[in-house]
Amino acid sequence: MSGESTYTPANGFTRWLDARLPVLRLVNDSFIDYPTPRNLNYWWTFGAILSLCLAVQIVTGIVLAMHYVPTTELAFASVEHIMRDVNYGWLIRYVHANGASMFFIAVYIHMFRGLYYGSYKAPREVLWILGVLIYLLMMATAFFGYVLPWGQMSFWGATVITNLFGAIPLVGESLRTWLWGGFSVGDPTLNRFFSLHYLFPFLIAGVVILHVWALHVTGQGNPAGIEVKDPKKDTVPFTPYATIKDGFGMALFLILFAYFVFYNPNGLGEPDNYIVANPLSTPAHIVPEWYLLPFYAILRAVPDKLGGVVLMFGAIAILFVLPWLDTSKVRSARFRPLYKQFFWIFVAVCLGLGYCGGQTPDKILIHVGEGGFDITDLSRILTAYYFLHFLVLFPVLGLIEKTKPLPASIAESVLPGTRQDKATS
Amino acid sequence: MKSISRTVSLCAIAVGLALAAVSPARAAEGEVALQHADWSFQGVFGTYDRDALRRGYKVYKEVCSVCHSMQYVKFRNLGEPGGPEFEEGQVKALAAEITVEDGPNADGEMYERPGEPKDAFPSPYPNPEASAAALGAAAPDLSLIAKARAGGPDYIYSLLKGYVDAPEDFEVTTGSYNLYFPGHMIAMPAPLSDGQVDYEDGTPNTVGQMAKDVTHFLMWAAEPKLEQRHRMGFQVLIYLVLLTGILYFAMRKVWADAH
Repeated sequence: MSGESTYTPANGFTRWLDARLPVLRLVNDSFIDYPTPRNLNYWWTFGAILSLCLAVQIVTGIVLAMHYVPTTELAFASVEHIMRDVNYGWLIRYVHANGASMFFIAVYIHMFRGLYYGSYKAPREVLWILGVLIYLLMMATAFFGYVLPWGQMSFWGATVITNLFGAIPLVGESLRTWLWGGFSVGDPTLNRFFSLHYLFPFLIAGVVILHVWALHVTGQGNPAGIEVKDPKKDTVPFTPYATIKDGFGMALFLILFAYFVFYNPNGLGEPDNYIVANPLSTPAHIVPEWYLLPFYAILRAVPDKLGGVVLMFGAIAILFVLPWLDTSKVRSARFRPLYKQFFWIFVAVCLGLGYCGGQTPDKILIHVGEGGFDITDLSRILTAYYFLHFLVLFPVLGLIEKTKPLPASIAESVLPGTRQDKATS
Repeated sequence: MKSISRTVSLCAIAVGLALAAVSPARAAEGEVALQHADWSFQGVFGTYDRDALRRGYKVYKEVCSVCHSMQYVKFRNLGEPGGPEFEEGQVKALAAEITVEDGPNADGEMYERPGEPKDAFPSPYPNPEASAAALGAAAPDLSLIAKARAGGPDYIYSLLKGYVDAPEDFEVTTGSYNLYFPGHMIAMPAPLSDGQVDYEDGTPNTVGQMAKDVTHFLMWAAEPKLEQRHRMGFQVLIYLVLLTGILYFAMRKVWADAH
């Protein structure tokens, strides 16, 4: 999508087409001859894995939509119809439901990879921002999708999340009624969530195109965190080198995917969602899907409802400005001994928030007399650290850290022979 | 290649932690450890035990269905592969035992006809409200019960065996005492007693055996495609492992000249 094109049409037809719509040139320059840093590790295969996830979700989702009925009366029954009567309906639905979890596993690995190797730094700020936008759209899509089976968690999850908008001063109540299309989560809500759940994946696909475009303008980052200097030495053509590696990564990922679909299809879900939605009976614990638990923990950590909502959305919003919070000129954590340690602490904090989100807030972890240190206390500490990591550590570390020397080139960082020569010279 | 195994293991850890984050909230609900039966449907090659399904259906029909509906299961399902696999004639005969309101006919009248294999299992009450009015609490539909409770089949099995005498310091104010029910007071009275359902195959009809059989049947009702899923899963995994192996060696070959 950028740089000098290396495409030469091979025959009369492709020459004719190239003069009219250079689509083959685009494919060639983006996915075949595209120069790829030769030092990419397996963490770089998650881009391809995520594309696969999106494709799987869209294909299975379109088939499910052919059989699903978005009314409160029939939604739950239509899902059971898919599970019992539609040919391979059970397979399609389990792939779609677990596909959402797989999508989030992949996106979290992809994002943490970006954080570790400083993939968001100049000149890749827009690439990163587009990625955060995709993540935000994914969360919205997953939320809409979770409501559709119209089980107990669908209904109560939708009620809790839409009620958050009621906390907004002045317009909150009206906004919430507008979102619901009524005075509670009901038929109009389910119907519009279905519509939006069908729309959003195509918005994601659109932003993915921009994301890939931005990637191909700046070139990929790499584990050494240095730019390509000599394309001949530092890069390899995307095909076959990256394609085969991505293919291998995708196949490994599909094994994990298949395990869940065939042998533990409900392991990542909530049993309560196999009970049809009942507005008169609240489940004992309302919890979102696992991939939203850290944000749920942040929401509940704040005693004030509006404050909780602000912090929860702030936790995502802060990612948009990350490129300007990090003051370090060195990208990769490999050469940032201090940042590397704080990176792993941050990973642990995010997992800890996820744990807190799945527990009841008043569960006591360390007993002291009558009360003790409970989940809410832990959530507060972890939430504070989450923001501290972005607002304090990112700016300060870059200023005080003594980084390790960077390799002279990408080739030198992976080709042992070259490294030896450089070291002795 | 060290980085592959590291990637795989980190993925596994991430999934494990995600699971760990979800499950404790459920574990906290059932205060007593559930009784576990050796279910034939568990594991990679797990299948249903036809005899247990047939006995379980008898228990369901004679005991559970007096109060509970099972609206998503149809008589024809009883004859389908991977289930109790009754003969076609048996399925028709079982369906014909019920009466179904159908219509309207050409005169605009509703009429009654004998049940057919396409019909769903009959519901004892027209709606949950009628069920609650008659029983004190609405009896839940049993189509999905084995997937709709934390602990799944183990929970159902334990619950059916969990009607024991209440501890002396526990006052049962409503319903019956059950060791495994959250809060221990359950509206459903003990549904099973020894010798209650006549087993034709000579299996001892103890409470434990009947609880096990009916749980087996309820699991099938909730997950009728389990055998097909397990079989296909094994084929898919073999295919994927071979594919991954081929891709790995292809990758090694492609990259051999790049390093």
